Parts: sequence; structure tokens; C-alpha cells
Amino acid sequence: MEKGFRKKSGRQIPEGEVITLDHVTKSYSSSGAPALNDVTLHIKKGEFVFIVGDSGSGKSTLIKLLLRELVPTSGEITVLGYNLNKIKHSKIPKFRRNLGIVFQDFRLLKDRNVYENVAFAQRIVQTSTREIKRNVPSILATVNLAGKYKSKINQLSGGEQQRVALARALINKPTILLADEPTGNLDPNNSWEIMGLMEKINESGTTVIVVTHNREIVNAMKKRVVTMKKGVIIEDEEEGTYIDED
Amino acid sequence: MRINSFFYTIGQGFKNLGRNKWYTLASIATIGACLFLFGLVFSIINNIQYFVHTAEEGVSVTVFFNEGVSEDQILAVKTDLEKRPEVRQINYIDPETAWEEFKNSYLVEYADGFTENPLADSASLEIYLNDVSLQGALVTYIESIDVVREINRSEITADTLSGLNKLMAYVSMGIIIILLLVSIFLISNTVTMGIAVRKDEINIMKYIGATDFFVRAPFVVEGIMIGIIGSLIPLLILYYVYGSAINYVHTQFAMLASILPFLPVEQIYSQLVPISLAIGIGIGFMGSFTTVRKHLHV
Repeated sequence: MEKGFRKKSGRQIPEGEVITLDHVTKSYSSSGAPALNDVTLHIKKGEFVFIVGDSGSGKSTLIKLLLRELVPTSGEITVLGYNLNKIKHSKIPKFRRNLGIVFQDFRLLKDRNVYENVAFAQRIVQTSTREIKRNVPSILATVNLAGKYKSKINQLSGGEQQRVALARALINKPTILLADEPTGNLDPNNSWEIMGLMEKINESGTTVIVVTHNREIVNAMKKRVVTMKKGVIIEDEEEGTYIDED
Repeated sequence: MRINSFFYTIGQGFKNLGRNKWYTLASIATIGACLFLFGLVFSIINNIQYFVHTAEEGVSVTVFFNEGVSEDQILAVKTDLEKRPEVRQINYIDPETAWEEFKNSYLVEYADGFTENPLADSASLEIYLNDVSLQGALVTYIESIDVVREINRSEITADTLSGLNKLMAYVSMGIIIILLLVSIFLISNTVTMGIAVRKDEINIMKYIGATDFFVRAPFVVEGIMIGIIGSLIPLLILYYVYGSAINYVHTQFAMLASILPFLPVEQIYSQLVPISLAIGIGIGFMGSFTTVRKHLHV
């Protein structure tokens, strides 16, 4: 699907672009102000992008639109050649398998252990049991959790839980990694560890998009920063910083 | 779908029973309690209906004939009556049999004084009905036969049994429908709540690219298993309780046992087992299927 991003929308997508938002507006009600207002955004393969902004700036809505949890009120969204405005419900799972997703609250299956949580993502894409047994320990080693594969989720610290979530997101080798406030529930040490892992993943060619409030991390990492405010992109710069509005 | 993925989803359904112990226990208990109550009422009602039906079968109409009517004529009437839909069985009682029965019942040793059969003209037809409520129509027809002298019938018994039968049919239908509705409501509520609290789990699966089938299958397997276990437990308990109750009545109230016939447990269970399993499995399946669907649109 990565090759020739013209198939689904019928519109020419620039070479190497994995995410395209074309004048996207999202309103939750007809009366209120739109959560996202005429947003246009292009993200290329292999980029590391921070999306920053205060509460209510539209970051979460943007993530939900990229996951096809929401449909735009107007405008067009294309991710990896899938036109998310027109995608059929039955095709959404296949589309999402191209994305790795990490949430602030980890969203792990609490009644399963570390191994089962990570293996679950492989089960979904119908990987054989033999391959799962090979892949899971390998990815757990990447996130430094090789020794904890049998642990229950509630036996892990916040940082460890986020690393399990990261392992789950990466096991199917996604083209895009979407992280919604991945350090929101972590202390500074764990936050840096997670961001370090994400940078490593990005270096291997995965496009990484991180929605965050964490100024220190954004300013230190010198990546592309898209700043949102009240549903619009107010700034988009390479090696940008998270400017304190106040 | 790969065969190992298919078995994985089925296996997850079984594992879920253990992962969600309290939900599993609550659901099985609710299904079990509802179906036990249903089975109990079902058994009682069926036995009452059986009793009324047995009593009905004993109700007969006796037809006596004019003097001089020959046995052939009476047997011709019998053949004619046997064709009627109300009639289940007709016994021809010849005068000798009638006199023997009378002697044995009422005269005993005093019967020796009789040299001739005083009931020589008392040959009769004893008619048993398919349905006592049809007694009136049959009697009207028999009255129109010219060789008939007298018809003995118990109108009160027939009317009472007929009324009781109708009442039982309505009452049992009403009770069973109410119990079924209450069972369906309680069981589906338990299943719905049990799954609703796990909607996060469904969301996670959907976010990481699980198909609707992949998410739903373990829940449906779980629902069906809960339905089967929840149905079998009350059936087993009731089997034991029913057998013990019959045994108790037979040993403690021997007189009552001869008046009150009980349906054999096999006969009750030939209907109760499929009904209970259908309710248990049906609600387990439908409840999980529809509840998961509500949370799939993520």
C-alpha cells in the first residue's frame, strides 16, 4: 500500500508522503466551534513529528481522525494511500494494522501477561504461533523487558507498562507510530527512556508522530513541531520548539 | 482465516471464563436460578395438567337401551358412535357382565336369592371421551338415536374438569411466559453488564486492528459456554429434586400416590432439556453477540 499512493483517493499524493490532511474540519455539533478547522498537513515517510498544543487545541481530534475513529466533517484525509473519508468499515482493521499506537494510559489487556499482550497484536494479523514465539521475545528485548514476559500488567511500573505498549505497537513493524501523550503518566526518567526508544524506531525508518504537552522533551529533541491552537495549526517548523504561549 | 487463528479465538473464549471469574459465576448463577425456577414451575404445571387429563380420561357416558333391543343393534350403535371424533373408546357391557359387577359391588352373599338376571335388559355402552368438553354434543347426538332409553353422565364432573383444564392452560401459559420474559431480561442484563465493563478491552482490540469477528468470537464462545453450564446445572439439580419428590410422595403418602399420578421425569425432560438449553444458549449467544456489536464501532 505504501507504493503509488494514488489508488484509494484517485488524487495524486506527493512521493513519500504517508499522511495528508487536506482542508480538514471536524465539528462535533452544528452550533459549537469546530474541534479542527480547515487543517492542512503533510507528513513524509520517516519523519519524526511532535504535535503540540494546549487542551482543546484539537490534538486528540487529529489523532482520532488519523485512526479513523472519527470521520471529518469536511476535507479529505489520506493515510498510507487509504482515503479515510471513504474507507469501508470492514477495511478499517487492515488499515490500522499499518499503524502502531501508544496511548497515555497504556491501554493494555490487564487480564493477560506481558507476552500475551504483545503476542495479541500478532494474533490479529494471523501470524503463526512459531513466528510469534520468535518475534515477541525479540521485541521485548528491544524495549528492555525480556525478563518480564511472564509478569502480569498490574505488577509493572508505569514506565514498564508503556514499554509493553510500545512493544505491542512495534511488533507488526508499522509504517507509522502514533503516540498520544506517551509520557503523560511517566516520571522524567521513564519519559526519556520512552522517547529514546521512539527516536531509535524512527531511525530505522518508521514515521513517528507524538502528541505531547512535554515542553522539555520537545525542545530538547529538535524535531519537526506542529503547534495547534483552537483547532488550527499556528506553526509548523523543522527542528522546532514548543513555545510557551503564556 | 487461518486454522490456528480460529482455534485461538475459540480458546480465548474458554480462557475468558477463567479470566472473568466473577462475571462468569454471576452469569451462570443468574441463568441457573432463572432456569431452575422455570423448570420447577414447568414440572408442576405439566403434572397438574397430566392429573386433570388423567381424571378426564376416567369420565364416561353410559348409554342404556330400550327393552327388546338386540345385541346386534347395540353393537351397530357402538360402531356408529366409534366414528365420532369426540369418542376415544367404547366398551360394550353385556347384561351378564353388568350383573356380575353389580353383585360383586353391592350384593355379595345376598345375590344367591336371584335365579334370573334382573339386569337382562341392562346391556350398555360405556363411552370414554377424547375431550370432556365435548360431552354435551355427544349426548345430544345419542339422545336422537331411537333405541336409546337412558344416558348416564356426570355433567358437573365434565364441566368442572373441562373448566379446570382451560384454566390450567391459560394460567400455565401466563406463568411460563412471565417466567421466560423475566429469565430473558435478567440473563441478558447480566451478560450485557458483564461485557459492557470490558468495553475498554474491545476498544484496545479494535485500535490495534482486530476484525469484528476476531473481537466478537471469544465473547460469543464465552456466552455460549455460560449458557450451557447455566442450563445444565439447574437441569441436574431438578432431576434429583423431582425424583426425590416423587419417591417421597410414593413412600410417605401411598394413598395419594394412587390418586395423583406423576409424569415420569423422562417425559418432563424430553421437553424441558431442549427448552432450557435453547434459552440458556440462545440468550448467551444473542446477549454477547449484540452487546459486543454495540462497542465495535471504534
